[in-house]
Amino acid sequence: MQRSGADKAGSAVRYVVLIGGALLFLLPFYLLVRNGLSTEQDITSPSWKFFPSSLQWGNIGELFRDPAVPMARSLVNSLVIAVVQTAGVLVISGLAGYGLARIPFRYANAVFYFIVATLLIPAAVTFVPSFVLVSTLGWVSTLRGLIVPGLFQAFATFLFRQYFLGFPRELEEAAQLDGTGYWGTFWRVVVPNSMGFIAAIGTITFIGSWNAFLWPLVIAPDQNAWTVQIALSTFLTAQTINLPQLFIAAAIAILPLVVIFIFLQRWIVQGVERSGISE
Amino acid sequence: MSQVTARLRGRYDRNLWFAIFVGPFVLGLLVFVYIPIVWSVVLSFFDAHNTVTPTKFVGLGNYLDMLRDAAFRSSLITFVVFAAFIVPTTFVLSLGLALLVNRARFAKTFFRSVFFLPTASSYVVAALIWKLSIFNGVRFGLANTVLGWFAIEPVAWLSVTQPPWYWLVIVSARMWLQAGFYMILFLAGLQRISPSLYEAAAIDGATGWRVLRYITLPQLRATSTAVLLLLLINAFQAFDEFYNLLSSAGGYPPYARPPLVYLYYAALGQGQDFGHGSAGAVILTLLIAIVALAQGRIVGLGRRDD
Repeated sequence: MQRSGADKAGSAVRYVVLIGGALLFLLPFYLLVRNGLSTEQDITSPSWKFFPSSLQWGNIGELFRDPAVPMARSLVNSLVIAVVQTAGVLVISGLAGYGLARIPFRYANAVFYFIVATLLIPAAVTFVPSFVLVSTLGWVSTLRGLIVPGLFQAFATFLFRQYFLGFPRELEEAAQLDGTGYWGTFWRVVVPNSMGFIAAIGTITFIGSWNAFLWPLVIAPDQNAWTVQIALSTFLTAQTINLPQLFIAAAIAILPLVVIFIFLQRWIVQGVERSGISE
Repeated sequence: MSQVTARLRGRYDRNLWFAIFVGPFVLGLLVFVYIPIVWSVVLSFFDAHNTVTPTKFVGLGNYLDMLRDAAFRSSLITFVVFAAFIVPTTFVLSLGLALLVNRARFAKTFFRSVFFLPTASSYVVAALIWKLSIFNGVRFGLANTVLGWFAIEPVAWLSVTQPPWYWLVIVSARMWLQAGFYMILFLAGLQRISPSLYEAAAIDGATGWRVLRYITLPQLRATSTAVLLLLLINAFQAFDEFYNLLSSAGGYPPYARPPLVYLYYAALGQGQDFGHGSAGAVILTLLIAIVALAQGRIVGLGRRDD
């Protein structure tokens, strides 16, 4: 089909807008790295330069050697929390979603409503009551207190249920004819054939966990229990700020997720589509 | 014991299997979601300073105090102002990006990835870049540098209230972080529109804006409703960027306190006033539940675009 001149012009305009928009969206990432690899003088110099006069790779080593900044500890905390929470949510919500979708139970509907009712209440609004409960358990500033309350995600269970309702029954029936029960069918037939969906929910959960702020702020005041977000926030809101150190710390904090976004984008996109509008 | 294993092996005892699959989740939900909420409702009727097992019943006193509290009411107004900025701008930006990316003939995946990438950032990191680099109130901040090219004096973005430039900082940070997420939802909606509708429109000679107005937008109605609701609910829960952009060693300024920031300082700041804090949480929960119910669906779960 011949494309008209107006069509070509329209296409060119769209690309100019797309490229301009892409540069704007990437600019904050550039600033993060630029400032992280600059000297304090370069950042605060009155004449703004796009490139720093020299790249200070030594900033990274200084950051990890600084005894006042619990960088390594907070990265480990964040990693442990995100990994355990992701694995926990996948197992707990996966099992529950499958049970709700496939195992007949007289009160299954009541159980389902008991679960979805909590979706009406945004998790963030309940931080006061959750803090009251978790502090009563004596879990303040512990990994337990940071991890366990986040393991029970009604939304993930809901999504798993919807997904398993659409899972091809023929595959399960073949296994059940061989005498495999619900447990065996789930782990040997359903899970291996649902890795795409599990990856989608897993990546979304991991991102949410790594970037969580309000709950760790409330429940982990002790420096040993800080996540990387809390460490960054503490230095961001402090009296004196070491600019290059804070920027390089933020760049390191964001790096794992940028890597995940680049390599696992397919699953994240699926996860976002599922969690935005379910079918 | 052998009876239990026999029951487990016999795959007909479905109730037991239902309990094994669903039980752990329901139990966790009960302990970590239902019990705190019920406890909180109980606390909201008591004078609970520094205690979670109060004895002094005050009836609706805490609720009346909250509704009379000018700071609480002003936090609701702050939310309304914030929502009035963030909801329409993010909606238009993410829809625009989706339309542009969807029609791109080459490098489509690249542009989608670039606009989606900020979703990887936390609000803490975004606040850090916005506060210390782009909207730094001194001369070397990027925005002030650009203003300097036009001989405009530097602006103290986050600490002036007349005019309230801090809204520009707060709203643009959230837009950067969220637009790609909603763009993905719009792209999914666009892909569900049947090509035959566009072919029919082309035969009728419809182009450009008319196609957008009479085919694309009406077909995106369900997606648009879901996006609006998600934007609103997320704006209601805003905390991270407000806290990280505005609080400092000197504390949090008296302005720009949305509901959760208010609640954070009221319930967990000095004094740990769980009675009033709980009453505030109950009021906010009811407000958001009413909004979600009024939309007739829960967080955008619902029909496809068809």
